[in-house]
Amino acid sequence: MSPVLAGVLQFLALMVALALAYRPLGDYMAGVYSSPKHLRVEKWIYRAVGANPATEMRWPAYLRGVLGFSLVSVLFLYLLQRVQGSLPGSLGFASIDPDQAFNTAASFVSNTNWQSYYGEQAMGHVVQTGGLAVQNFLSAAVGMAVAVALVRGFARTRTGELGNFWADLVRGTVRILLPIALVGAVLLVACGAIQNFAGIHEVGRFMGGSQQWNGGAVASQEAIKELGTNGGGYFNANSAHPFENPNGLSNLLEIFLILLIPLSLTRTFGRMVGSVRQGYAILATMTVIWVVFTGLMMWTEFHHGAPAYDIAGGALEGKETRFGIGASSIFSVATTLTSTGAVNSFLSSYTGFGGGIAMLGMQLGEIAPGGVGSGLYGILVMAVIAVFLAGLMVGRTPEYLGKKIGTRQIKFAACYILITPALVLCFTAVAMALPTPVNSLTNSGAHGFSEILYAYTSGANNNGSAFAGLNADTQWFNTSIGVAMLLGRFLPMVFVLALAGSLAEQKPVPATAGTLRTDKPLFSGLLVGTIMIVAGLTYFPALALGPLAEGLAS
Amino acid sequence: MNTTLRGTTRLLGAALRTLLVLTLVCGVLYPLTVMGIGQALFPHQANGSEITSHGKSVGSSLIGQRYDLPLKKGQETPEPDLKWFQPRPSNGLGTNTVNTQYKLLLSGATNRAGDNEELIQWVKDAKAAVIKDNSVDGYHVKPSDVPPDAVTSSGSGLDPAISPQYAHIQTHRIAKLNNLPVAKVQNLVDQHTDNRILGFIGEPRVNVLELNIALKALEGA
Repeated sequence: MSPVLAGVLQFLALMVALALAYRPLGDYMAGVYSSPKHLRVEKWIYRAVGANPATEMRWPAYLRGVLGFSLVSVLFLYLLQRVQGSLPGSLGFASIDPDQAFNTAASFVSNTNWQSYYGEQAMGHVVQTGGLAVQNFLSAAVGMAVAVALVRGFARTRTGELGNFWADLVRGTVRILLPIALVGAVLLVACGAIQNFAGIHEVGRFMGGSQQWNGGAVASQEAIKELGTNGGGYFNANSAHPFENPNGLSNLLEIFLILLIPLSLTRTFGRMVGSVRQGYAILATMTVIWVVFTGLMMWTEFHHGAPAYDIAGGALEGKETRFGIGASSIFSVATTLTSTGAVNSFLSSYTGFGGGIAMLGMQLGEIAPGGVGSGLYGILVMAVIAVFLAGLMVGRTPEYLGKKIGTRQIKFAACYILITPALVLCFTAVAMALPTPVNSLTNSGAHGFSEILYAYTSGANNNGSAFAGLNADTQWFNTSIGVAMLLGRFLPMVFVLALAGSLAEQKPVPATAGTLRTDKPLFSGLLVGTIMIVAGLTYFPALALGPLAEGLAS
Repeated sequence: MNTTLRGTTRLLGAALRTLLVLTLVCGVLYPLTVMGIGQALFPHQANGSEITSHGKSVGSSLIGQRYDLPLKKGQETPEPDLKWFQPRPSNGLGTNTVNTQYKLLLSGATNRAGDNEELIQWVKDAKAAVIKDNSVDGYHVKPSDVPPDAVTSSGSGLDPAISPQYAHIQTHRIAKLNNLPVAKVQNLVDQHTDNRILGFIGEPRVNVLELNIALKALEGA
């Protein structure tokens, strides 16, 4: 069998597995966020916390919950790293410097998982398992809560109430993320991912002497790292490390976990707004972009147009033998079209076009299918823009899911869309203009520019993958990327919740013959076009300077 | 003003309590459960898939190693011990610089772009070395015989495997240096070739450590 065919078959197998999980998981999640009942363990948690899960919140209160919880999370994670040197169970690792500790705390709480540290030499068991892995759950649950609040905004009428943030946070964690992560983690152990709390210990070598290994709760962190579209590796090599991703099967499982919740949430959305076909239309849009991107990535990587790879005979630099080019390409597209940022192969060594595809995937706003929760609210904001554009064409007040899309809604949506490009392009421009940041580059020329553009694209879009040639552990990059990650995560959430509040207050508008049908293929097509034009074109000039220039040169 | 302050304090208090409770659930109970199940059902894998040979630990089947001669005086990088099957290059590996009481290997890639001059040179040098080392006794390796994995570094730098093609072009050299018939060594490579899982998942590969252990056993016999 040719490697290309094997790649295509792996992609098809992945689609089948995701399709089988789509309905049961989507329906289950809709039930989780709609049910009036509480599990016993949830009641214990609410009692310990002192929160009443039945209290309905309007959007400002919901937002205060999101921001307050995230602020406390950042501070907690920051302090945990700062005192690591004095904590037991930290392998004797030193405390993390302030700028790096801030960067890492911002990174994991914002679901980005950008890493300017090397996992195996910097973070001990306590920080990895009790700090970073916990935020892998919680930042994902926060994303889902905000997405569900927006869906409720569409579903509810004549009320400003969007649900209870604490209940949504706890339910998402306990009923959705934990059970799936548990199953995923055990399967990963079966494949060969390690799960122990051994310290750093000596293991023999074939040629004599010994090598030093970290132990760690790797499989449990790996499962939630993918499932929660987080992406922060236990080891520096992330999912390319054999202890994180031991074979082809674990690799497919990890890609499955990355895409599982973001895709299935479209079903949850359809259920909650009372028409699963609305969910299918969104799903179709996501799938089209995902399939096209994967096809392009496989094409450019198998074609391997670059001087070094012409000599080598294939673009295998930074890729593992057990995955090969096909499975590496599938992983890289899945990780950059969601907000994951885990890598099983190193994107900086991809062909020029391959790196560009990864970057464009993030720049579309990570909506195909996007991060856990953030993908759904991202694409729903795009859908609002799409119905607005369609309304302009025919001169009607646009409506979506029975809600009028008026001036206020469009203002919120427009602000949402402008935030990330503004962050990415401004920070990139400043970094290029300053004298010192360019000292961090490994490559020069177009690829050097791409390293910096990639870093801010990844940070502001909460992805966390890197053109890792960039030495990001400098005060400038730690601070500026840290700020970009926080603003790129929480400012959009402000506008999403404001939008949700304004929608929930409305009276429903009955659909008429003139209403744009948003559950039809025509709308999916319109949405793809809107995403490519609104998000993609914003970055075109910057992409032309980086990956396009590199790709066209070879 | 006072009420806002009180409201904020109450909010942050609730947030902190939620975080602590959920830390207990996700950061303690969850990893311990996975460890319990993992250690009970798959202890070999959960502890790193270690291999022993003649009662001695020789590493993990998942973690690639170097098969080099001892460092000679004045050398910065050791030469490969050509008696053994050689793994892929690992130019991206680093060494521990932060907590220097340990001598951990830092996994990692070179992150060089496809048009990077340094990478082009590495690939050229590696290709020349593979051709030179493996061309023995009338068996000549052509540049087109050298597969890409033989001249590129992996993502982790710890890739435990090489392609069957790279293993096969090493067989003549291995046979000569170990005084074994070529057919026997080729047979060994075939026995240690893992095909794609279920026929289509991943890529065909040969685990270098397992292959070298088998080679050692062959010599002993």
